[in-house]
Amino acid sequence: MAPNVEETLLEVKDVKTHFFTDEGVVKAVDGVNLSLRRGQTLCVVGESGCGKSVMARSILRIVPAPGRIVSGEISFRQRNGETIDLAQMNPRGRDIRSIRGREISMIFQEPMSSLSPVHTIGSQIMEAILLHLPVSRSEARKRAVSLLDLVGIPRASEQLDAYSFELSGGMRQRAMIAIALACEPQLLIADEPTTALDVTTQANILDLISDLQADSGMAVLFITHDLGVVAEIADEVVVMYLGRDVESGDVDAIFHEPKHPYTRALLQSIPRYDSRDRERLYSLKGSVPHPFNRPGGCPFHPRCDEFIADQCNTIDPGRYTVGGDHSVRCLLYEPSAAAQNVGASEPPAPAQNVGATR
Amino acid sequence: MTSAPTQARDDARSASAEEAGSEGRIVVANQWQLIWWKFRKHRLAMLAGLVTLFLYTVALFAEFFAPYSSGAYSAAHTHLPPPQIHLIQETDGGPRFSPHVKGFTVQIDPDSFKRTYMVDETVAYPIGLFVRGEEYKLWGLFTLDVHLIGAAQAGDPVYLLGADRLGRDVLSRTIYGTRVSMSVGLVGVGLSLLLGVILGGISGYYGGVIDTLIQRTIEILRSLPTIPLWMGLSAAIPLTWPPLRVYFAITVLLSLIGWTALAREVRGRFLSLKTEDFVIAARLDGVRELQIILRHMAPSMTSHIIASVTLAIPGMILAETALSFLGIGLRPPVVSWGVLLQEAQNVRSIATAPWLLFPGIAVVTAVLAMNFLGDGLRDAADPYQA
Amino acid sequence: MSRPKNTRQKGTGLKIRPEKAQTAESGRPLLELRNLRMQFPVRRGMFRRTVGFVRAVNDVSFSIRLGETLSLVGESGCGKTTTGRCIVRVYNPTAGKIQYQAEDQESVDLAQLDNRALRPYRRQIRMIFQDPFSSLNPRLPILQIVGESLKVNGIARGAELEERVASLLKRVGLRPEYIRRYPHAFSGGERQRIGIARALALNPRLIVADEAVSALDVSVQAQILNLLQDLQEEFNLTYLFIAHDLSVVEHISHRVAVMYVGKIVELANTDELFENPLHPYTEALLSAVPKPDPRLRNRGVRIRLEGEVADPSSPPSGCYFHPRCRYAQDRCRDEEPTAREIGKDHWVACHFAEELELRGFEAIGSTPGL
Repeated sequence: MAPNVEETLLEVKDVKTHFFTDEGVVKAVDGVNLSLRRGQTLCVVGESGCGKSVMARSILRIVPAPGRIVSGEISFRQRNGETIDLAQMNPRGRDIRSIRGREISMIFQEPMSSLSPVHTIGSQIMEAILLHLPVSRSEARKRAVSLLDLVGIPRASEQLDAYSFELSGGMRQRAMIAIALACEPQLLIADEPTTALDVTTQANILDLISDLQADSGMAVLFITHDLGVVAEIADEVVVMYLGRDVESGDVDAIFHEPKHPYTRALLQSIPRYDSRDRERLYSLKGSVPHPFNRPGGCPFHPRCDEFIADQCNTIDPGRYTVGGDHSVRCLLYEPSAAAQNVGASEPPAPAQNVGATR
Repeated sequence: MTSAPTQARDDARSASAEEAGSEGRIVVANQWQLIWWKFRKHRLAMLAGLVTLFLYTVALFAEFFAPYSSGAYSAAHTHLPPPQIHLIQETDGGPRFSPHVKGFTVQIDPDSFKRTYMVDETVAYPIGLFVRGEEYKLWGLFTLDVHLIGAAQAGDPVYLLGADRLGRDVLSRTIYGTRVSMSVGLVGVGLSLLLGVILGGISGYYGGVIDTLIQRTIEILRSLPTIPLWMGLSAAIPLTWPPLRVYFAITVLLSLIGWTALAREVRGRFLSLKTEDFVIAARLDGVRELQIILRHMAPSMTSHIIASVTLAIPGMILAETALSFLGIGLRPPVVSWGVLLQEAQNVRSIATAPWLLFPGIAVVTAVLAMNFLGDGLRDAADPYQA
Repeated sequence: MSRPKNTRQKGTGLKIRPEKAQTAESGRPLLELRNLRMQFPVRRGMFRRTVGFVRAVNDVSFSIRLGETLSLVGESGCGKTTTGRCIVRVYNPTAGKIQYQAEDQESVDLAQLDNRALRPYRRQIRMIFQDPFSSLNPRLPILQIVGESLKVNGIARGAELEERVASLLKRVGLRPEYIRRYPHAFSGGERQRIGIARALALNPRLIVADEAVSALDVSVQAQILNLLQDLQEEFNLTYLFIAHDLSVVEHISHRVAVMYVGKIVELANTDELFENPLHPYTEALLSAVPKPDPRLRNRGVRIRLEGEVADPSSPPSGCYFHPRCRYAQDRCRDEEPTAREIGKDHWVACHFAEELELRGFEAIGSTPGL
C-alpha cells in the first residue's frame, strides 16, 4: 500500500456550526475552509473562543447540543476511495460511527476525562479494535500490547491491566493515543493534546505523534493555541479568529510572511528569545468580543491597527490568495483595492513588522 | 505598543457597545439576581414554587380557608360522600348563576346499619365565598367569622369533599392538617439546619480530630434503621403529654436524624471553600477569620443550603405522615395529614368512603412540589457555572 | 552593567538594561529563604494516621534582591507554588527561615510570626493568583474585592475607598466605572488586571506572582506582562515570578531559579542560565521549549527526558534527578549534591557541573530566526 502523498484526504468548505441557545445564536464556527493531504500535519491555531475545538468536533459530528452544522461541506476520502460528505451525515447514524475510530480518531486535552476510570487501559484499546476489525480477543490483546509498546509505555503487557488513574498525565495521553491508533486511522484529530502537560512531557508527546505519523502516513489535524507547538510540528497552518479562518498557508509562510494583521499581532505577542529581554511586547488592544456581540464586516476590525474606516466595519472580506496556497481574509489584500490605491493603503511589509520587536 | 491609558479607552469602546445590548443589567447583578434569572427559566420549578407558596399560605390561614373548624362534627352526616356542585340554579325567574349543592335524604339499612345517602333535588344549599360561619381566633389574636368558602347560610350541611366517620368535613380537616404537616417539615428542617450548620461547620473548619469524631458520629447515626429508631423513641413519649409538646417532640426526633445530611453538605462546602483562591486572597488581605466565614464563605454556601433544605422538607413531611399513620407520631386531636390518613387505614373504609384518601393527595402534591422546587433551586444555586 | 557574555550582540547592538544594573547585581536582599522546608503529612485509614510526608519544599535557600524579578521555574509538582505560598504564609513552613528586610527595620523571620504579628508584613508582600476565575469572589463587586485590604486595614472607607479603588483600576488599565460590576462581567485578562489591582492596593514591596499569566491567551498574556513590567518600574516592585513557561520567564526575569522535586537545582542570571546552563535538568528543560519559528525545529537534537518526575514522598537516593539524567554516574546515586557557586552568581547542585558541556538555549536552536 503506497498512498499518493499528494492526495487530498479531507476538505472542509465554508463550514458553519452555530449554537442555538436561549439567549441567541452563537456562531462558533462561521465559515472555515481547510484541506488536508495524506501524511500531512495541519495546525489550527487561535485563542480561546475562536471556535477551533468546535471546528474539530464538527468534522467527527460530535458537536454538543444545541450546536449543529448549518451549512458547508466536509468531504472525506475513505479508505475504499469513495469520497463522502460528513456534514450531510446523521450524527447518530451507523455511517458516521463506522468513520469514527476506524477512519478518523480523536484525542483530547484531558485524557483523564476521556478514559474510563472503571475499565483497564487494555480493555479500552481492545474494545476499539474489536469494534471495527474482525479479529479474535487474543489477537486484539496482542495488538493492544504492541500499541502500548508503540506509544512508548514501558512494560506494555503489564500496563495493559492498569487503570487510567494509575498512570501519570503523560502516560495517560500516550494510552489515549494508543486507543486512537487502534484501527490505524487515516486521520488523527488532536485537540490541544499537550496543553495540560509539562514542557518536557509535551516535547515527548509531540515527538511521538510525528514519529507515528512518519511510520503510518496518517494525516494529523492538530488544534492548539501555542504558536511554539505549531512551529514545531505543522506543515500547514490555519489561523482562526471568531469562527473564521483569517489566514492559511504553509508553516514557513505563516511564521515568516504573515499577512493578516491578527496573525502578525499574535506572532509579535510571544516573548521571543531573540527579542531583547524585558522589552515591552507588542500587545493587541482590547479582548475577544462576546459571541453575542460579533462585530460586523471583518470580525477583527475593532482591534485592528490597519483598520480602514467605512470599509473594514462594513465589508465582509473574502479569501484572497497571496501566492501559492497562502490565502488571507483581509481587505488589505483585495486585488482590486490594492490595484486602485497603490500607496494609499499599501499593506506594510510583513517581514519588517515581525522583526519590529527585535 | 498599547499603553495602559489607551488600553482603557479601547476597553471603554467595547464596553459601551456591550452595554447597548442586554449585557448592561447583568454586569452589575449580584448573586441573588443571577440565581433568580436562572431559576425563572425553570418552568416546572416556578410552578412548584407557586404551589408551595399556596400550601404555606393555606397553612398560615387555615381557619380562614377551612369552612369548618377541625373538630366540628355532625352525627347526621357520617360518611357523607362529596356532593356534586351545581353552578346554575333554576328559579322562578329562569336559570340563575348560583353555585349550590343539593340536599339529601338518608336511609339506614336496618341489618348492617350502613347509611345510604340519596340526593334530594328539591333542596339546594347555596355555596358562597367569604361567608360568615363559625367564629375563630386567627393566630389566637383576631376573632373573626369569615371563611373563604362554605355554606352561604351558616348551618347548612355543605361538605365539599365529604365527611368522615364522625361527620367531620374532610376538606376542613385536610386544610388544618396542612398547617401541622407543612410546619413539621419546616420546624424539623430548621432544627436540622441549626445542628447541621454548627456541627458541619465545626467539622469542616477545624478538621483534625473534631472532624473525625463528628464524621464517625454521623456515619453511626446514618447506619441506624430510621423507622425502628423513630418507633422506639416516639413510643417513649408519654401519653399524658399535651399535643403541642408531642408535636415538638416529634419534630426533634425527625431532625435528630435529618441533620446529618445537611452537616455533610455544609462540611463539604467548607472544605472546598477553605482552599478556594479567593478565600486565601481574603486571608492575605488581612481579613479576620470570622469575617472570612461570614462575608466570603457563607454567601457561597447559602444558596446551596437553601436548595438542600427545600429538598429535605419533603422527607420530613413523609416521615411525619408515616409515623402518624402508624399511630406512633402525632395523635388526635391534633390534625395532620398522617393522622387523617389513619382513618383510611383499612380496606373497608376505603371501599365505603374513598374520599378519606384526599389528605394523601395533599401529601403527594406537597412532596412533589417541594422536590421540583428544590431541584430548580439546586440548578440555579451556582449561577457562575458556565 | 552589561551581561557577562555578549553572545547575542547582533544587529541592534547590545542593549543595556538600567533597572538590572541598579538592582539585580548590587541590590541587597529583600527576602532571604534559608533551608526552607514544607512537608505535608500523608494520612490514611479510619483515624487518619500519618503514614508519611510529601516533601513539597525540601531545603530551599535563595534570596530575592530589591527591585528584581526572580523567576522560579519547574514542572508541575516541583514545589514552586508551595514555596511561593510559604513566603506569603498561606502555609506554615515546617522548618527554615524566611528573612524579610522591612524598610528601616531589623530584618524579621516571617516563618516565626503568628497571624497577628504577620499583619504589617502582609501589606508589603502580596500575591497574584494563577486562576483569574477562582481567585475573585464571584459574589462581591469589584469595589469590595479590590478594596478589601484597604478596608480591613483601616486605610480608607466610604467615598475615599471608592476613589482609591477607582484609581487603582485606572492604573491597571480598567475603567473606574467598573467598580460596581461583578467579576462575571469580565474576561480572563480583565480579571487578572483586577487581581493585580488588589495586590497593588497596599503599596506592596514584594509581589509573589504565581503563574500569573499561565491561564491567559498569548495576546492577553503580552498585555499583562507589559503591565507587570510598567508597574515594577513605577513602584520599584520586586517580583517572585512563579512560572512554567520558559519563554515568558526569559522575557521578564533578571534571575531564574530552577526547581526539581522540592529542591533548587540551579540559580543564575537569566542570560547566563539560558546560554550556559550547568545542570542537566536545566538543559533538558531548555531543550524541550518549542520555539515559535519553524526554521528552528529541534526535533532530533532535542534531549528526551525519560521516566517520570520522582515522587516527593519517596524521592530517590542521592541526586533526585539521577534516574532521568543522561550524565548520571555512581556518585549521583549515592551522594546528594549541595548547591555550589560556580562563576559569579551562578549556583548549581550537580556533582559534575564543571565537567559537563551542556547546551544552552541558543545552541539548541542554532540559527537566529527571521
